[in-house]
Amino acid sequence: MATTDTDKTTDTDKTDNIVWLGSPAFPQAAKTALADDQLRRNLRHATTTIRDKRLHVTGELADWEQLRDAGAALKRRVLRHLDSYLEQLETSVTAAGGIVHWARDADEANTIVADLIRATGQTEVVKVKSMATQEIGLNEALAKEGITAYETDLAELIVQLGDDRPSHILVPAIHRNRTEIRDIFTSRMAGYGRPAPEGLTDEPAALAEAARGHLREKFLRAKVAVSGANFAIAETGTIGVVESEGNGRMCLTLPETLITVMGIEKVLPQFSDLEVFLQLLPRASTGERMNPYTSMWTGVTPGDGPQSFHLVLIDNGRTLTLTDTVGRQALACIRCSACLNVCPVYERTGGHAYGSVYPGPIGAILAPQLVGAAGSKHTDSLPFASTLCGACYDACPVKINIPEVLVHLRAKVVESKQEHHLLPTPEAVAMHTARIVFNSPRLLGAGQRLGAAGARLISRGGVIRGLPGPLRGWSRSRDTPVPAKESFRAWWSAREQKYEGEERQ
Amino acid sequence: MNAREEILARIRTALTDVPADETPDDVPVPRTYQASHATGDILELFSQRVEDYRATVIRTSAADLPEQIAAALARRGARRIIVPEGFPPHWLLANERPDGWSAEWLRDDPPLSLTELDRAEAVLTTAAVGIAVTGTIVLNAGPGQGRRALSLVPDYHLCVIQARQIAPDLPAALAVLAEPAEPLNGTTKPLTFISGPSATSDIELNRVEGVHGPRTLDVIVVDDTTPKNGEN
Repeated sequence: MATTDTDKTTDTDKTDNIVWLGSPAFPQAAKTALADDQLRRNLRHATTTIRDKRLHVTGELADWEQLRDAGAALKRRVLRHLDSYLEQLETSVTAAGGIVHWARDADEANTIVADLIRATGQTEVVKVKSMATQEIGLNEALAKEGITAYETDLAELIVQLGDDRPSHILVPAIHRNRTEIRDIFTSRMAGYGRPAPEGLTDEPAALAEAARGHLREKFLRAKVAVSGANFAIAETGTIGVVESEGNGRMCLTLPETLITVMGIEKVLPQFSDLEVFLQLLPRASTGERMNPYTSMWTGVTPGDGPQSFHLVLIDNGRTLTLTDTVGRQALACIRCSACLNVCPVYERTGGHAYGSVYPGPIGAILAPQLVGAAGSKHTDSLPFASTLCGACYDACPVKINIPEVLVHLRAKVVESKQEHHLLPTPEAVAMHTARIVFNSPRLLGAGQRLGAAGARLISRGGVIRGLPGPLRGWSRSRDTPVPAKESFRAWWSAREQKYEGEERQ
Repeated sequence: MNAREEILARIRTALTDVPADETPDDVPVPRTYQASHATGDILELFSQRVEDYRATVIRTSAADLPEQIAAALARRGARRIIVPEGFPPHWLLANERPDGWSAEWLRDDPPLSLTELDRAEAVLTTAAVGIAVTGTIVLNAGPGQGRRALSLVPDYHLCVIQARQIAPDLPAALAVLAEPAEPLNGTTKPLTFISGPSATSDIELNRVEGVHGPRTLDVIVVDDTTPKNGEN
């Protein structure tokens, strides 16, 4: 068989958005984001709101932990038998009148979708919010083919009208406050269709009303829709989309042709498994007992909804991720974004600093794995964009151990750096030295005395503000307390001697 | 190798740690979670939870249902009302009120055009099942529910559900929906789970009711625990 390396796109001809081209490494991007006070205010307000809601509704369920266990186990079952579930899904979707397509990468998926749209004779499509199509850069690819894709989710509309990039999985415009959104609507809506009403205020209800008016004519006119999928049931061929606004229902119901793009990992074994995921997802995601609308369809239903249904299954790095027995748990992600909302790093830097459609803790483990060895300095920096505090693991409804994968990926980055250096990296030298020192009580004692003496030399008022040499970078944003004059080990052995002396008296 | 074969082959290569004789059932799934989170009176819980989404719940007896339907439609000022096929005709007997309201019932036979749907002021449907804990109604294109577009395009959705159709929680509701009255072999009808009116949290994560779907949702619960005139 062909290996994944032979057809992997290189950084220069890539079309997907797993990593945005030209993104600086996380530390540089974070610095820019941290300087933006408005952004930090918007983010703190939004993440605090959603965190409180999530805790309230998950707290209602005494068995939340058991539900998480079941969700995690179901995803593990799917991933370990992904090939047979996909074959089963293909059979059931086909039996129900759908057509299944397979795409190895973003390019192939985009070509399939563009060809399907062209075959209908249409040059515009309406879209339901979908991470998969964001990931493959579908809108940009369709634009090159002369096809206009209209985003219909309110937040996606804000991003599209503002020529912006998404900064959150659930709420892509989380970095914008109401006034900024009003300004975008007022200045940009006219260029895409029905203009914003005169005298539009920044009241959320007024903004939602403006979006309703702007998009309604598009829904009523659309002949083709493109969606993602939250899940696909192998047993029945049923596809599900979970949403709030009704734009999803519009796209899934009114057009004649529906094209659904879905990552291969989204398959679930049985219809009854939804009893787990429809409890986990809304509560973890928007902090609701249930989201306003969930649509499920099975192939084509005569006289109801699109009469032509295509399901495009995409790999795009997922099988590569699957090869890593530690890292593959990232594929269990149900895109709820709870980990973003609890992450102290995300709350301060926002999503753009991650340079990927998948920001936050899950992005930090997903993006580097999806691009794999084709990764860059940028993706290499993502596993380090974390304090390893573990809040993401606690919040994850399918118990992805994000800190574990972060540490695992950090080790891989360090190892691959070593492979590419003729001389050992300073990091490797430091770790090697540490191993020798920690193995010898005598060396450790000597090191502690030396360190304490040296630290006092460069400290001021009990704090070290800048560390010397290669440690300077670390101390740039951190103060280090001066080590105690006497180490615990030194104090202990002195105490022992004194105690023994007293015993003898 | 085509894309399908290649992706399947990549998966099999990636899963070399999975023993060849392992089956999906060998991967344990602990089902220790509760079958239901409902406590107390199911109808009361359902009403509270639906109203938490700022939808209105009206409880009535089967005998008063026609009058309650007319009252709800009149209250919302809806006169052009879509009534899907299979909706019990005797529930539509009150089509005029002393306050001057009168109904124009729109049938979907032949199918209404999108423009006609857009011009309708309301849709009146039954439901397949309700879920008390989550305050959800589910439509499955059964009698009185119609195709999906009918309950989507009009701005006001009035839904009639029987008390006995309300399941305590999600697992029981899914079991009803999956019941192989229509076997799951490709003839499964589309399902729409509706929890309150259309809403968005996209602006500063504050919930705002009313975007693209019906901005107003009223649910009439027909309490038939003591049947009065044999309605179903």
